[in-house]
Amino acid sequence: MPDLLLELFCEEIPARMQAGAAESLRKLVTDALVERGLVYEGAKAFVTPRRLALAVHGLPAQQPDTHEERKGPRVGAPQGAIDGFLKAAGLTSIEQASIESDPKKGEFYVARLHKHGRATPEVIAEIIPQVIRAFPWPKSMRWGKGSSSPTTLRWVRPLQSIVCTFGPETEEPEVVAFEVDGIRSGDVTRGHRFLSEGTIRVRRLEDWMAKLEAAFVVVDRERRKDIILNDAKDLALAQGLELVEDAGLLEEIAGLVEWPVVLMGSFDPAFLDVPDEVIRATIRANQKCFVLRDPATGRLARRFILVSNLAASDGGAAIIAGNERVIRARLSDAKFFWETDQKTNATVPLAERLERFGNVTFHEKLGSQLERIRRIAALARELAPVVGADPDLAEQAALYAKSDLRTEVVGEFPEVQGLMGRYYARLEGLPEEIAAAAEEHYKPQGPTDFVPTAPVSVAVALADKLDTLVGFWAIDEKPTGSKDPYALRRAALGVVRIVLENGLKLRLGQFFRSLFRSGMTAKVEVGTTTVVTGLFGTRILGAVLSDTALSFEQARDLVSETLDIQAESLTTDLLSFFADRLKVHLREAGARHDLVDAVFALPGQDDLLLVVKRVEALGRFLSTEDGKNLLAGTKRAANILRIEEKKDGVTYEGGVDMVLLHEPEERALADAIAALGPQIEAALAGEDFEAAMALLAGLRAPVDAFFEKVTVNAEDPALRVNRLRLLADIRAATRSIADFDRIEG
Amino acid sequence: MIDPALPPHMRPDKSFQGLILALHAFWADKGCVVLQPYDMEVGAGTFHPATTLRALGPLPWKAAYVQPSRRPKDGRYGKNPNRLQHYYQYQVILKPSPAGLQDLYLASLSAIGIDLNLHDVRFVEDDWESPTLGAWGLGWECWCDGMEVSQFTYFQQVAGFECAPVAGELTYGLERLAMYVQGVENVYDLNFNGREGDEKVTYGDVFLQAEEEYSRHNFEHADTDMLFEQFRMAESAAAKYLEAGWEDASKARHLMAQPAYDQCIKASHVFNLLDARGVISVTERQSYILRVRELAKACGAAWLATAAGGTPAP
Repeated sequence: MPDLLLELFCEEIPARMQAGAAESLRKLVTDALVERGLVYEGAKAFVTPRRLALAVHGLPAQQPDTHEERKGPRVGAPQGAIDGFLKAAGLTSIEQASIESDPKKGEFYVARLHKHGRATPEVIAEIIPQVIRAFPWPKSMRWGKGSSSPTTLRWVRPLQSIVCTFGPETEEPEVVAFEVDGIRSGDVTRGHRFLSEGTIRVRRLEDWMAKLEAAFVVVDRERRKDIILNDAKDLALAQGLELVEDAGLLEEIAGLVEWPVVLMGSFDPAFLDVPDEVIRATIRANQKCFVLRDPATGRLARRFILVSNLAASDGGAAIIAGNERVIRARLSDAKFFWETDQKTNATVPLAERLERFGNVTFHEKLGSQLERIRRIAALARELAPVVGADPDLAEQAALYAKSDLRTEVVGEFPEVQGLMGRYYARLEGLPEEIAAAAEEHYKPQGPTDFVPTAPVSVAVALADKLDTLVGFWAIDEKPTGSKDPYALRRAALGVVRIVLENGLKLRLGQFFRSLFRSGMTAKVEVGTTTVVTGLFGTRILGAVLSDTALSFEQARDLVSETLDIQAESLTTDLLSFFADRLKVHLREAGARHDLVDAVFALPGQDDLLLVVKRVEALGRFLSTEDGKNLLAGTKRAANILRIEEKKDGVTYEGGVDMVLLHEPEERALADAIAALGPQIEAALAGEDFEAAMALLAGLRAPVDAFFEKVTVNAEDPALRVNRLRLLADIRAATRSIADFDRIEG
Repeated sequence: MIDPALPPHMRPDKSFQGLILALHAFWADKGCVVLQPYDMEVGAGTFHPATTLRALGPLPWKAAYVQPSRRPKDGRYGKNPNRLQHYYQYQVILKPSPAGLQDLYLASLSAIGIDLNLHDVRFVEDDWESPTLGAWGLGWECWCDGMEVSQFTYFQQVAGFECAPVAGELTYGLERLAMYVQGVENVYDLNFNGREGDEKVTYGDVFLQAEEEYSRHNFEHADTDMLFEQFRMAESAAAKYLEAGWEDASKARHLMAQPAYDQCIKASHVFNLLDARGVISVTERQSYILRVRELAKACGAAWLATAAGGTPAP
C-alpha cells in the first residue's frame, strides 16, 4: 500500500506553537482523507523549527468506486422538473436514466450513477492546499510581493517550499503536484541552516529521515528531547552534579534546534550569593539554559547547560564563551538588584516603603496598592482568631506580604514574587511567620498547588483572596464564560481549598456582607429632590430619589438601608459563585454532584466545611438500606405532593390534624415525625450530621408502613387533605438535612 | 567574511565606526539608499519616517541608516556596562520583504566578522508591537551565542493600517554587536575609531560624560512643567498641520504629512522623558500612549494620501 510524505518548509516556527501545529496537520489531513473514502493504516507528524511534516502510511491507490441511485420525477413530468433532475444527477439526456414503476407513484425516472474512485494523488492534491490555506496557526502573517493581495497565503512565517510524494514502498514515488500561492510542490528540501549546503532530493519517509539526519536535522521532536536530556545529564554527572530538570524548558529548547549540541558553561562562584531561584530564573528566562545542582550541598552549582544548534568547528568553545558572557552580564544585573534591595530595606523603614505603594494603581475603580494592602491587613487581623493566628502578627504579615513587588529583583523577574519577600523578611530579621506568609499568601495557585497551613499564612492568604473577590464583584468585573482576566475562579478555588484542607469554620456570608458594606460610600444631594447614591469605588451600586427634601437623619437612614440592600445582594451573588466553585472542586474529588446540589439547595449554606461534612454524611447514609428506602419513600411523598398540589393549586405544609388520623400507620408516622423532628434539629444545631442521619433513619419504617397500608387520596376530602399534610411533614423533616428531591436514584 | 582589503583600523571587529561602515557597504551593495539619522530625538530607528511612513503604501522602498535612539529611562549615570539612555540602532527596511531575507541578514553578520561555523545564530520568536505607533509585526530576536543582537520583523500593520505590501525590518543593536565582535565587556571600552595607543578613541571618550549628564537630566532635572506644555503643543500642532494639509475638502490628497509626523515624534519623546521623571501614573500612562497613537494613525492616513504614500498627483 502506498505512503504519503508531506513536508512544509518555512522560516523559524515559534517553539511554543510546534507541537500543536504537528497535531493539527496530522488531524486535518487524515480527517480529510477519511472523509473522501481514503482509509489509512497509520500517520505520524514531525516538527522542527523549520519544517512541519506528515507521513501517512498504507493508503489505497485510489478511492473506492461508489454507486448511487437517484430517484427522479415521474414520467411525463414538466420539462423543468426533468431538466433539474438531469442537472442534479449529471446526465446529459433523459435516455441515460432508467424507468421504474411503483404502484403508488406510477412510472418514474431513476438515475444509476457509478462513480469511479479518483486516484489518491489527485485527492491529495486537492486536500493539501486547502489544509495549508486554512491552517489554524495561533498567529499568522503575510510577506513578500504578493502580500498586497487579499487572497495571499497566510502562514506562521514565510513558507518556502513543499515536498509531497506518494507511492508504494517498492517503487519510485511520484510527486503529488499542486501549487499554493506560487509555491509548487516537489521532492526537494534542505538540511540544517548552517551545517548542510544545497538541496536534497527525497523519496519517502525513511529516505527523508535518513537524508535529513545526514544533513544534521533530527526530525523527531521526542528524539531531540531525549538527546538533550541524556547529554545534559551525562555532562552534569561527569562533573559530579545533577541536572535541575525542567520539562517546560526542555519542550521549548527542542523547538529551537534541529541539531541539538549540548554544552556546559560556568560562571563566577561569587554570583552564588544570589538566591538559587533568582539565578535559575535569570538563566532560564533570558538564556534558555539549564542550571545544575551540587548534590553535596543541595544548592546550585556554578555551571550551566546550554543547547546550541551547531556542531561548531572549534568544538563549541566560542559558543560557550559567548553564552558565558551573556550569563555573566545577566547575573551581575541580578546580583546588583539583590544587593540594591537589601540596601534599600536596610535604610528605608518598612512604613516608608509601604507609602510608596500609594501611587501604584491596583485597579482604577479599586484604588491604590496601598489601600488594598491596608484592607488586606485589616481583614487578616479579623480572620486571625478564626484560623488560630495571632492578630498582630497576621496584620504585620499582611502589611509586609506585598512589599517585594517594589523591589528590583521582582521588577526584573516577576516569577519570584513572594519568594523574594520571604528572603528579604529573613534578612530584615522579621519573625519566620511573616517571612513564610510573604511567600505562601499567594498560594494555592491552582487545583494541585501547595495549600498553606501555618495560621499566619492562612490568614493573609484568605484575606488577599477575599479582598480580590469582593472588590471585583462589587465593581462588576465577574468572570464570564472563558474570560476571567483577574483569575477570580482561581482565587475562589484557593479559598475553598484553604478552608477545607485546614478544616476552618468560616461563615463566608458575614465576611462578605461586612466587606461589601465597608467598601461602600454614599453620595447624598439634598435639594428639591433628594438623591442618595451608593458607590463602591467609582461604580454606582444603587440610587434612590425622593421629591421631598429629607432631614439629615432621614437621609442617613435611607443611605444605610440602600447600602445594606446592595451588600446583601452582592453577598448572595458571590456566595453562589462559591457554591459553583465548591461543586466543581467536590466533583473533581469524586463526590456525587446531586448530593452537593441537594445540600446547596438549602438556604444559608455559607460554611464550606459544614457543606462538605453534610455531603459526606448524606453519602454514607444513602448507601445504607435505611437511607435508600427512606429516599424512595420521601421521593414518593414528594411526587404525590407535586401532583396533588398542582391539581389543587395549593401548597401543603404541616398542620396535620391529629383527630383525623384514623389508621394506626398514619398515627405512627405522625408521632415519629413529631418525636424525631426536634431531635434532628438539635443534632443539626450541634453540627452532628451522623446523628441527624441516624435519627432520620428512624422514619424509614413508619414511612414504609404508611405507604403500604394507607391510601392518601381518600374519598373523604378532609382525610385526603390531612394525609397530604402528613406527606408534607415527611418532606419537611428530610429537608432539614438536604433537598431529597435533587438526589438521584 | 570581513573584507580582507580593509586596513586594521577600519575592520568591523576592531572599530565601532568600522562596524557601521561595513554595514553601510553591505546594504548599499544590496540596493538600499543609505540615509543619515533623522534629525530629531526618537526612541528607536523605527520612528524615522524612512521606516514608519515609508512602510505604508504600495511603493517599493529599500533603505539603511544608523539612528541614534534615546530611552531616557534606561540611563544609568554611565555606571552600567550595558545600559545606555542614548545608543545607536542600525536599521534596514526592505519593502516588499524580499525572498531569502534571512539569508541576507546572515550574510550581513558574516560581513561584520561573525563566523557562522563558529557561532550559534538562532531565530527566536519575538512578536514586535509598538503601542505608540499603532504598529505590529511577526518575526524574531536574532541570537548569537545566546545574546540578542538584532530584531527581525515582517511588518503587518503600521499606524493602524495594513502594510500592503509587507516590509521586512532589521534592527541591529550596534553597541552590543560591537562589544561582541570586539570581545569587550563594558560598552565604554569599545574602540570607536579602530586606532591603538594615543590615537585610540573609546566609546567612553565619546559618550560617557553625555550618559552622566543626561541621566541627571532625565531622572532629576528635566523641566516637567515645560515638558507637559511641550506635549500639549506638539499634539495640537500635529492636529493643526494635519487639518491644514488636506488639499481640499474631499481629503483625497495631503500636502503636509511629514511636518505633522515630526510633531508626533516630538510628543512621543516628551512622553518618554516625563515617564522617566516618574510623573506619569500607571493609568495616565495608558492615555498618553493612546494620544500618541492617535497622532501616528492620523499621520499614517495623511501619508497614504501623498505621492510617496501611493496617491499620485493628478
